[in-house]
Amino acid sequence: MRISADRDRCIGAGMCALTAPEVFDQDEEEGLVRVLGPDPSPDLRARAREAARLCPSSALAVSEE
Amino acid sequence: MTAAPVPELSELPLARPAGRPFDPPEELAATRPLARLTLPDGHRGWLVTGHRAARAVASDPRFSSRTELQRPAMPRAGMPSPLPAAPPGLFINSDPPEHTRYRRLLTGRFTVRRMRLLTERVEEIVDEHVGAMEHAGGPTDLVASYAQPIPALVICELLGVPATDRALFQRHSEAFNDTAASAEELEAAGREFHGYLAELVKAKRSAPTDDVLSDLTASDLTDGELVNVAMLLLGAGLDTTANMIGLGTFALLSHPDQLAVMRDDPEAVDGGVEELMRYLSIAHTGQRAALEDVELEGHVIEKGATVALSVAAANRDPERFDDPDRLDLRRRAGGHLSFGHGVHQCLGQQLARVEMRTALPALLQRFPDLRLAVPPEEVPMRDRSDIYGVERLPVAWGPQEAGR
Repeated sequence: MRISADRDRCIGAGMCALTAPEVFDQDEEEGLVRVLGPDPSPDLRARAREAARLCPSSALAVSEE
Repeated sequence: MTAAPVPELSELPLARPAGRPFDPPEELAATRPLARLTLPDGHRGWLVTGHRAARAVASDPRFSSRTELQRPAMPRAGMPSPLPAAPPGLFINSDPPEHTRYRRLLTGRFTVRRMRLLTERVEEIVDEHVGAMEHAGGPTDLVASYAQPIPALVICELLGVPATDRALFQRHSEAFNDTAASAEELEAAGREFHGYLAELVKAKRSAPTDDVLSDLTASDLTDGELVNVAMLLLGAGLDTTANMIGLGTFALLSHPDQLAVMRDDPEAVDGGVEELMRYLSIAHTGQRAALEDVELEGHVIEKGATVALSVAAANRDPERFDDPDRLDLRRRAGGHLSFGHGVHQCLGQQLARVEMRTALPALLQRFPDLRLAVPPEEVPMRDRSDIYGVERLPVAWGPQEAGR
Protein backbone atom coordinates (compact mmCIF):
# COMPACT_ATOMS: atom_id res chain seq x y z
CA MET A 1 0.00 0.00 0.00
CA ARG A 2 1.17 3.50 -0.82
CA ILE A 3 -0.34 6.58 0.85
CA SER A 4 0.19 10.14 -0.28
CA ALA A 5 -1.30 13.41 0.92
CA ASP A 6 -1.86 16.68 -0.87
CA ARG A 7 -1.23 19.41 1.68
CA ASP A 8 -2.53 22.08 -0.69
CA ARG A 9 -5.94 20.41 -0.69
CA CYS A 10 -5.89 19.62 3.04
CA ILE A 11 -8.18 21.76 5.20
CA GLY A 12 -6.98 20.48 8.57
CA ALA A 13 -10.26 18.92 9.68
CA GLY A 14 -8.32 16.12 11.36
CA MET A 15 -10.48 13.19 10.19
CA CYS A 16 -7.34 11.24 9.19
CA ALA A 17 -5.51 11.77 12.49
CA LEU A 18 -8.70 10.83 14.31
CA THR A 19 -9.36 7.68 12.26
CA ALA A 20 -5.82 6.31 11.82
CA PRO A 21 -3.49 8.13 14.26
CA GLU A 22 -0.68 5.63 13.61
CA VAL A 23 -0.64 6.63 9.95
CA PHE A 24 -1.57 10.33 9.94
CA ASP A 25 -0.81 13.34 12.06
CA GLN A 26 -1.33 17.10 11.77
CA ASP A 27 1.54 19.58 11.94
CA GLU A 28 1.60 21.95 14.91
CA GLU A 29 1.70 25.14 12.89
CA GLU A 30 -1.10 24.84 10.32
CA GLY A 31 -2.79 21.62 11.40
CA LEU A 32 -2.29 20.14 7.94
CA VAL A 33 -1.85 16.43 7.27
CA ARG A 34 1.47 14.66 7.72
CA VAL A 35 1.81 11.06 6.62
CA LEU A 36 3.68 9.19 9.34
CA GLY A 37 3.87 5.86 7.56
CA PRO A 38 3.35 5.88 3.78
CA ASP A 39 3.33 2.06 3.69
CA PRO A 40 1.30 1.03 6.76
CA SER A 41 1.44 -2.47 8.21
CA PRO A 42 -1.41 -4.80 7.22
CA ASP A 43 -3.32 -4.29 10.48
CA LEU A 44 -3.52 -0.54 9.85
CA ARG A 45 -4.53 -0.64 6.20
CA ALA A 46 -8.28 -0.84 6.67
CA ARG A 47 -8.24 2.26 8.86
CA ALA A 48 -5.92 4.09 6.45
CA ARG A 49 -8.44 3.41 3.66
CA GLU A 50 -11.29 4.55 5.90
CA ALA A 51 -9.39 7.79 6.65
CA ALA A 52 -8.93 8.44 2.93
CA ARG A 53 -12.66 7.86 2.32
CA LEU A 54 -13.65 10.20 5.14
CA CYS A 55 -11.26 13.03 4.17
CA PRO A 56 -13.56 16.02 3.51
CA SER A 57 -11.23 17.62 0.95
CA SER A 58 -10.11 14.44 -0.90
CA ALA A 59 -6.52 15.20 0.04
CA LEU A 60 -5.48 11.57 0.56
CA ALA A 61 -4.61 9.01 -2.11
CA VAL A 62 -4.21 5.31 -1.39
CA SER A 63 -2.81 2.94 -3.98
CA GLU A 64 -2.89 -0.78 -3.32
CA GLU A 65 0.38 -1.63 -5.10
CA MET B 1 -29.42 11.99 -20.90
CA THR B 2 -32.92 11.02 -19.84
CA ALA B 3 -33.62 12.18 -16.34
CA ALA B 4 -36.10 10.42 -14.07
CA PRO B 5 -38.96 12.64 -12.96
CA VAL B 6 -38.00 14.65 -9.95
CA PRO B 7 -40.26 15.28 -6.95
CA GLU B 8 -41.50 18.84 -6.46
CA LEU B 9 -41.62 20.57 -3.08
CA SER B 10 -43.42 23.88 -2.77
CA GLU B 11 -41.76 24.57 0.59
CA LEU B 12 -38.98 23.22 2.76
CA PRO B 13 -40.51 20.55 5.05
CA LEU B 14 -39.68 21.40 8.65
CA ALA B 15 -42.34 19.75 10.83
CA ARG B 16 -41.19 16.65 12.69
CA PRO B 17 -43.57 13.67 12.73
CA ALA B 18 -45.96 13.74 15.72
CA GLY B 19 -44.53 11.96 18.75
CA ARG B 20 -41.16 11.33 17.03
CA PRO B 21 -39.06 14.40 17.86
CA PHE B 22 -35.79 12.77 16.74
CA ASP B 23 -36.90 11.91 13.21
CA PRO B 24 -36.60 14.27 10.24
CA PRO B 25 -39.76 15.56 8.50
CA GLU B 26 -41.43 12.55 6.85
CA GLU B 27 -41.82 14.16 3.41
CA LEU B 28 -38.04 14.10 2.94
CA ALA B 29 -37.64 10.33 2.60
CA ALA B 30 -39.74 10.19 -0.56
CA THR B 31 -37.54 12.79 -2.27
CA ARG B 32 -34.18 11.01 -2.13
CA PRO B 33 -31.77 11.72 -3.62
CA LEU B 34 -33.03 15.15 -4.69
CA ALA B 35 -36.10 17.28 -5.34
CA ARG B 36 -36.97 20.60 -6.88
CA LEU B 37 -37.66 23.07 -4.12
CA THR B 38 -39.43 26.39 -4.53
CA LEU B 39 -37.78 28.82 -2.12
CA PRO B 40 -39.73 31.49 -0.22
CA ASP B 41 -38.72 34.19 -2.75
CA GLY B 42 -40.11 32.07 -5.61
CA HIS B 43 -36.71 30.87 -6.90
CA ARG B 44 -36.87 27.31 -8.23
CA GLY B 45 -33.95 25.65 -6.50
CA TRP B 46 -33.10 22.13 -5.40
CA LEU B 47 -33.16 20.15 -2.18
CA VAL B 48 -30.61 17.37 -1.81
CA THR B 49 -31.68 14.52 0.47
CA GLY B 50 -29.44 11.58 -0.56
CA HIS B 51 -26.17 10.95 1.27
CA ARG B 52 -24.00 10.49 -1.83
CA ALA B 53 -25.47 13.57 -3.52
CA ALA B 54 -25.13 15.76 -0.40
CA ARG B 55 -21.51 14.69 0.00
CA ALA B 56 -20.87 15.43 -3.67
CA VAL B 57 -22.37 18.94 -3.52
CA ALA B 58 -20.57 19.87 -0.29
CA SER B 59 -17.16 18.89 -1.69
CA ASP B 60 -17.52 20.22 -5.26
CA PRO B 61 -15.93 23.67 -5.88
CA ARG B 62 -18.57 24.30 -8.57
CA PHE B 63 -21.00 24.86 -5.71
CA SER B 64 -20.36 28.14 -3.91
CA SER B 65 -20.89 29.12 -0.27
CA ARG B 66 -21.05 32.85 -1.08
CA THR B 67 -24.28 34.24 0.35
CA GLU B 68 -24.69 36.87 -2.40
CA LEU B 69 -25.24 34.05 -4.91
CA GLN B 70 -27.87 32.29 -2.81
CA ARG B 71 -31.59 32.59 -2.18
CA PRO B 72 -32.26 31.79 1.48
CA ALA B 73 -34.09 28.50 2.03
CA MET B 74 -34.91 29.56 5.60
CA PRO B 75 -35.11 33.37 5.34
CA ARG B 76 -35.23 35.71 8.32
CA ALA B 77 -37.41 38.74 8.74
CA GLY B 78 -36.16 41.70 6.72
CA MET B 79 -33.58 39.68 4.81
CA PRO B 80 -33.14 40.52 1.12
CA SER B 81 -32.92 37.77 -1.49
CA PRO B 82 -30.29 37.14 -2.68
CA LEU B 83 -28.53 37.87 0.57
CA PRO B 84 -25.80 40.48 0.88
CA ALA B 85 -22.18 39.34 0.62
CA ALA B 86 -20.72 38.19 3.92
CA PRO B 87 -18.31 40.69 5.49
CA PRO B 88 -14.57 39.83 5.36
CA GLY B 89 -13.75 37.26 8.04
CA LEU B 90 -17.09 35.45 8.01
CA PHE B 91 -15.32 32.77 6.01
CA ILE B 92 -18.03 30.11 6.33
CA ASN B 93 -19.73 32.13 3.57
CA SER B 94 -16.72 32.37 1.25
CA ASP B 95 -15.00 30.11 -1.28
CA PRO B 96 -11.33 29.21 -1.78
CA PRO B 97 -8.87 30.86 -2.11
CA GLU B 98 -10.35 33.55 0.18
CA HIS B 99 -11.71 30.88 2.54
CA THR B 100 -8.35 29.08 2.62
CA ARG B 101 -6.54 32.14 3.94
CA TYR B 102 -8.75 32.40 7.04
CA ARG B 103 -9.06 28.68 7.65
CA ARG B 104 -5.30 28.17 7.53
CA LEU B 105 -4.82 30.73 10.27
CA LEU B 106 -7.00 28.60 12.54
CA THR B 107 -6.56 24.91 11.69
CA GLY B 108 -3.37 24.60 13.74
CA ARG B 109 -5.36 25.68 16.81
CA PHE B 110 -8.03 22.97 16.49
CA THR B 111 -6.05 19.81 15.68
CA VAL B 112 -6.91 16.40 17.09
CA ARG B 113 -3.86 16.54 19.34
CA ARG B 114 -4.47 20.06 20.69
CA MET B 115 -8.08 19.29 21.45
CA ARG B 116 -7.12 16.09 23.27
CA LEU B 117 -4.81 18.19 25.44
CA LEU B 118 -7.92 20.06 26.54
CA THR B 119 -9.59 16.86 27.75
CA GLU B 120 -8.43 17.29 31.33
CA ARG B 121 -9.79 20.85 31.51
CA VAL B 122 -13.09 19.74 29.95
CA GLU B 123 -13.30 16.95 32.54
CA GLU B 124 -12.81 19.49 35.34
CA ILE B 125 -15.58 21.72 33.99
CA VAL B 126 -17.90 18.73 33.54
CA ASP B 127 -17.11 17.54 37.04
CA GLU B 128 -17.91 20.96 38.54
CA HIS B 129 -21.29 20.93 36.79
CA VAL B 130 -22.38 17.41 37.77
CA GLY B 131 -21.20 18.27 41.30
CA ALA B 132 -23.32 21.43 41.36
CA MET B 133 -26.36 19.54 40.07
CA GLU B 134 -25.95 16.89 42.75
CA HIS B 135 -25.51 19.54 45.44
CA ALA B 136 -28.61 21.51 44.35
CA GLY B 137 -30.71 18.37 43.87
CA GLY B 138 -33.28 17.66 41.20
CA PRO B 139 -35.34 18.26 39.28
CA THR B 140 -33.37 20.68 37.14
CA ASP B 141 -33.31 21.98 33.58
CA LEU B 142 -30.39 20.13 32.02
CA VAL B 143 -29.99 22.75 29.29
CA ALA B 144 -29.36 25.60 31.74
CA SER B 145 -27.41 23.62 34.32
CA TYR B 146 -25.27 21.41 32.05
CA ALA B 147 -25.68 21.40 28.26
CA GLN B 148 -25.22 25.15 27.71
CA PRO B 149 -22.58 26.17 30.24
CA ILE B 150 -20.03 23.44 29.54
CA PRO B 151 -19.32 24.18 25.84
CA ALA B 152 -19.67 27.92 26.53
CA LEU B 153 -17.00 27.90 29.25
CA VAL B 154 -14.68 25.80 27.07
CA ILE B 155 -14.96 27.99 23.95
CA CYS B 156 -14.61 31.16 26.07
CA GLU B 157 -11.36 29.92 27.61
CA LEU B 158 -10.01 28.79 24.25
CA LEU B 159 -10.81 32.05 22.45
CA GLY B 160 -10.10 34.34 25.40
CA VAL B 161 -13.61 35.69 25.87
CA PRO B 162 -14.66 36.49 29.48
CA ALA B 163 -17.14 33.78 30.48
CA THR B 164 -18.78 36.28 32.84
CA ASP B 165 -20.27 37.95 29.71
CA ARG B 166 -21.84 34.68 28.61
CA ALA B 167 -25.47 35.71 29.16
CA LEU B 168 -25.04 38.56 26.69
CA PHE B 169 -23.62 36.70 23.73
CA GLN B 170 -25.64 33.55 24.37
CA ARG B 171 -28.76 35.68 23.83
CA HIS B 172 -27.38 37.15 20.60
CA SER B 173 -26.31 33.80 19.28
CA GLU B 174 -29.79 32.39 19.91
CA ALA B 175 -31.38 35.29 18.04
CA PHE B 176 -29.20 34.53 14.99
CA ASN B 177 -30.40 30.94 14.92
CA ASP B 178 -34.05 31.77 15.60
CA THR B 179 -35.96 31.80 12.32
CA ALA B 180 -38.79 33.73 14.00
CA ALA B 181 -36.63 36.60 15.29
CA SER B 182 -37.81 39.98 13.98
CA ALA B 183 -35.66 42.19 11.76
CA GLU B 184 -35.24 44.61 14.68
CA GLU B 185 -34.16 41.84 17.06
CA LEU B 186 -31.65 40.53 14.53
CA GLU B 187 -30.27 43.98 13.83
CA ALA B 188 -29.92 44.76 17.54
CA ALA B 189 -28.32 41.40 18.32
CA GLY B 190 -25.84 41.82 15.45
CA ARG B 191 -24.94 45.38 16.45
CA GLU B 192 -24.46 44.58 20.15
CA PHE B 193 -22.51 41.37 19.53
CA HIS B 194 -20.30 43.18 17.02
CA GLY B 195 -19.72 46.08 19.41
CA TYR B 196 -18.85 43.75 22.27
CA LEU B 197 -16.32 41.81 20.20
CA ALA B 198 -14.82 44.99 18.71
CA GLU B 199 -14.02 46.19 22.25
CA LEU B 200 -12.59 42.78 23.11
CA VAL B 201 -10.38 42.69 20.00
CA LYS B 202 -9.06 46.16 20.87
CA ALA B 203 -8.23 44.94 24.39
CA LYS B 204 -6.44 41.84 23.05
CA ARG B 205 -4.36 43.97 20.72
CA SER B 206 -3.15 46.23 23.51
CA ALA B 207 -2.70 43.47 26.12
CA PRO B 208 -2.51 40.00 24.53
CA THR B 209 -3.28 36.98 26.71
CA ASP B 210 -2.74 33.26 26.06
CA ASP B 211 -5.65 32.45 23.76
CA VAL B 212 -6.72 32.16 20.13
CA LEU B 213 -7.99 35.75 19.73
CA SER B 214 -4.79 37.21 21.15
CA ASP B 215 -2.71 35.01 18.84
CA LEU B 216 -4.76 36.19 15.86
CA THR B 217 -3.83 39.80 16.60
CA ALA B 218 -0.32 38.81 15.48
CA SER B 219 -1.67 37.76 12.05
CA ASP B 220 -2.36 40.10 9.15
CA LEU B 221 -6.10 40.24 9.90
CA THR B 222 -7.63 43.70 10.29
CA ASP B 223 -9.72 44.50 13.38
CA GLY B 224 -12.87 44.17 11.27
CA GLU B 225 -11.89 40.71 10.02
CA LEU B 226 -10.92 39.62 13.52
CA VAL B 227 -14.30 40.62 14.93
CA ASN B 228 -16.09 38.55 12.30
CA VAL B 229 -13.81 35.55 12.83
CA ALA B 230 -14.46 35.83 16.58
CA MET B 231 -18.21 36.05 16.01
CA LEU B 232 -18.13 32.96 13.80
CA LEU B 233 -16.05 30.88 16.22
CA LEU B 234 -17.95 31.93 19.32
CA GLY B 235 -21.34 31.44 17.68
CA ALA B 236 -20.31 28.03 16.32
CA GLY B 237 -19.00 26.90 19.69
CA LEU B 238 -22.03 27.90 21.72
CA ASP B 239 -25.23 26.61 20.26
CA THR B 240 -24.06 23.43 18.55
CA THR B 241 -22.43 21.19 21.16
CA ALA B 242 -24.93 22.50 23.71
CA ASN B 243 -27.81 21.19 21.63
CA MET B 244 -26.09 17.87 21.03
CA ILE B 245 -25.69 17.38 24.79
CA GLY B 246 -29.30 18.41 25.50
CA LEU B 247 -30.99 16.62 22.62
CA GLY B 248 -28.56 13.70 22.90
CA THR B 249 -29.52 13.17 26.54
CA PHE B 250 -33.24 13.32 25.62
CA ALA B 251 -32.65 10.71 22.89
CA LEU B 252 -30.77 8.44 25.29
CA LEU B 253 -33.48 8.80 27.96
CA SER B 254 -35.97 7.74 25.28
CA HIS B 255 -33.84 4.68 24.38
CA PRO B 256 -32.85 3.15 27.76
CA ASP B 257 -30.90 0.26 26.20
CA GLN B 258 -28.73 2.77 24.31
CA LEU B 259 -28.38 4.95 27.41
CA ALA B 260 -26.95 1.93 29.22
CA VAL B 261 -24.37 1.49 26.45
CA MET B 262 -23.19 5.12 26.75
CA ARG B 263 -23.11 4.88 30.56
CA ASP B 264 -21.54 1.46 31.03
CA ASP B 265 -19.26 0.73 28.08
CA PRO B 266 -16.27 3.10 27.78
CA GLU B 267 -15.29 1.39 24.51
CA ALA B 268 -18.59 2.44 22.94
CA VAL B 269 -18.44 6.14 23.81
CA ASP B 270 -16.49 7.46 20.81
CA GLY B 271 -18.57 5.59 18.26
CA GLY B 272 -21.73 6.27 20.24
CA VAL B 273 -21.19 10.03 19.97
CA GLU B 274 -20.83 9.71 16.16
CA GLU B 275 -24.08 7.75 16.06
CA LEU B 276 -25.92 10.36 18.14
CA MET B 277 -24.65 13.00 15.71
CA ARG B 278 -25.85 10.98 12.73
CA TYR B 279 -29.21 10.17 14.26
CA LEU B 280 -29.97 13.70 15.49
CA SER B 281 -28.41 15.86 12.72
CA ILE B 282 -28.97 19.07 14.67
CA ALA B 283 -27.69 21.39 11.92
CA HIS B 284 -30.34 20.18 9.56
CA THR B 285 -29.75 22.33 6.47
CA GLY B 286 -26.91 23.91 4.58
CA GLN B 287 -26.93 25.49 1.16
CA ARG B 288 -24.81 26.33 -1.88
CA ALA B 289 -25.18 28.05 -5.27
CA ALA B 290 -24.21 26.38 -8.56
CA LEU B 291 -21.47 28.39 -10.34
CA GLU B 292 -22.08 26.50 -13.60
CA ASP B 293 -24.34 23.71 -14.88
CA VAL B 294 -23.49 20.60 -12.84
CA GLU B 295 -24.77 17.08 -13.39
CA LEU B 296 -26.01 15.45 -10.20
CA GLU B 297 -27.75 12.06 -9.93
CA GLY B 298 -28.80 12.22 -13.57
CA HIS B 299 -30.13 15.77 -13.41
CA VAL B 300 -28.61 19.09 -14.40
CA ILE B 301 -28.37 21.64 -11.62
CA GLU B 302 -28.54 24.90 -13.55
CA LYS B 303 -25.95 27.63 -13.12
CA GLY B 304 -27.23 30.09 -10.52
CA ALA B 305 -29.57 27.62 -8.80
CA THR B 306 -29.64 27.50 -5.01
CA VAL B 307 -29.11 24.00 -3.67
CA ALA B 308 -30.27 23.31 -0.11
CA LEU B 309 -28.79 20.27 1.62
CA SER B 310 -30.84 18.27 4.11
CA VAL B 311 -28.24 16.86 6.46
CA ALA B 312 -30.96 15.10 8.44
CA ALA B 313 -32.29 13.27 5.37
CA ALA B 314 -28.80 12.40 4.11
CA ASN B 315 -27.85 10.93 7.48
CA ARG B 316 -30.95 8.69 7.35
CA ASP B 317 -30.29 7.48 3.80
CA PRO B 318 -30.81 3.68 3.77
CA GLU B 319 -28.33 3.37 0.89
CA ARG B 320 -25.59 4.56 3.24
CA PHE B 321 -26.71 3.38 6.69
CA ASP B 322 -28.57 0.12 7.34
CA ASP B 323 -31.82 0.52 9.24
CA PRO B 324 -31.12 4.26 9.41
CA ASP B 325 -34.03 5.23 11.68
CA ARG B 326 -32.72 3.05 14.51
CA LEU B 327 -30.44 4.61 17.14
CA ASP B 328 -27.63 2.08 17.53
CA LEU B 329 -24.60 3.33 19.43
CA ARG B 330 -22.58 0.31 18.34
CA ARG B 331 -23.00 0.87 14.61
CA ARG B 332 -20.25 2.38 12.43
CA ALA B 333 -21.67 5.86 12.00
CA GLY B 334 -18.47 7.37 10.56
CA GLY B 335 -19.18 9.24 7.35
CA HIS B 336 -22.24 11.06 8.72
CA LEU B 337 -22.55 14.60 7.43
CA SER B 338 -23.37 16.36 10.71
CA PHE B 339 -20.05 18.25 10.64
CA GLY B 340 -20.55 18.87 6.93
CA HIS B 341 -18.18 17.78 4.17
CA GLY B 342 -15.78 19.52 1.82
CA VAL B 343 -13.60 22.53 2.65
CA HIS B 344 -16.14 23.93 5.12
CA GLN B 345 -16.30 20.81 7.29
CA CYS B 346 -16.52 21.94 10.91
CA LEU B 347 -13.30 23.55 12.12
CA GLY B 348 -14.15 22.84 15.77
CA GLN B 349 -15.25 19.24 15.32
CA GLN B 350 -12.39 17.76 17.36
CA LEU B 351 -13.26 20.10 20.23
CA ALA B 352 -16.93 19.14 19.98
CA ARG B 353 -15.98 15.46 20.08
CA VAL B 354 -13.91 15.91 23.25
CA GLU B 355 -16.81 17.78 24.89
CA MET B 356 -19.48 15.24 23.95
CA ARG B 357 -17.29 12.21 24.74
CA THR B 358 -16.69 13.67 28.20
CA ALA B 359 -20.03 15.26 29.07
CA LEU B 360 -22.49 12.51 28.04
CA PRO B 361 -21.00 9.52 29.92
CA ALA B 362 -20.06 11.66 32.96
CA LEU B 363 -23.66 12.79 33.39
CA LEU B 364 -25.06 9.27 33.13
CA GLN B 365 -22.44 7.82 35.45
CA ARG B 366 -23.07 10.43 38.14
CA PHE B 367 -26.85 10.00 37.85
CA PRO B 368 -27.38 6.38 36.71
CA ASP B 369 -31.13 6.71 37.23
CA LEU B 370 -31.45 10.02 35.38
CA ARG B 371 -35.00 10.44 34.05
CA LEU B 372 -37.28 13.00 32.48
CA ALA B 373 -39.17 15.08 35.04
CA VAL B 374 -42.03 15.71 32.57
CA PRO B 375 -43.77 13.45 30.04
CA PRO B 376 -41.67 13.28 26.83
CA GLU B 377 -44.34 15.08 24.79
CA GLU B 378 -44.01 18.09 27.11
CA VAL B 379 -40.32 18.62 26.39
CA PRO B 380 -40.23 21.92 24.43
CA MET B 381 -38.40 21.43 21.12
CA ARG B 382 -36.47 24.12 19.22
CA ASP B 383 -38.71 23.89 16.17
CA ARG B 384 -37.93 27.38 14.92
CA SER B 385 -34.17 27.20 15.03
CA ASP B 386 -31.50 26.52 12.42
CA ILE B 387 -29.96 24.29 15.06
CA TYR B 388 -32.38 21.67 16.34
CA GLY B 389 -32.54 20.76 20.00
CA VAL B 390 -34.51 21.11 23.20
CA GLU B 391 -35.44 24.48 24.69
CA ARG B 392 -35.38 22.94 28.15
CA LEU B 393 -34.93 19.40 29.44
CA PRO B 394 -36.40 18.92 32.92
CA VAL B 395 -34.64 15.94 34.50
CA ALA B 396 -34.67 14.25 37.90
CA TRP B 397 -32.70 11.51 39.65
CA GLY B 398 -32.54 9.69 42.94
CA PRO B 399 -35.50 8.30 44.87
CA GLN B 400 -38.81 9.09 43.24
CA GLU B 401 -40.96 11.34 45.42
CA ALA B 402 -44.64 10.66 45.71
CA GLY B 403 -46.63 12.38 43.01
CA ARG B 404 -43.72 12.97 40.66
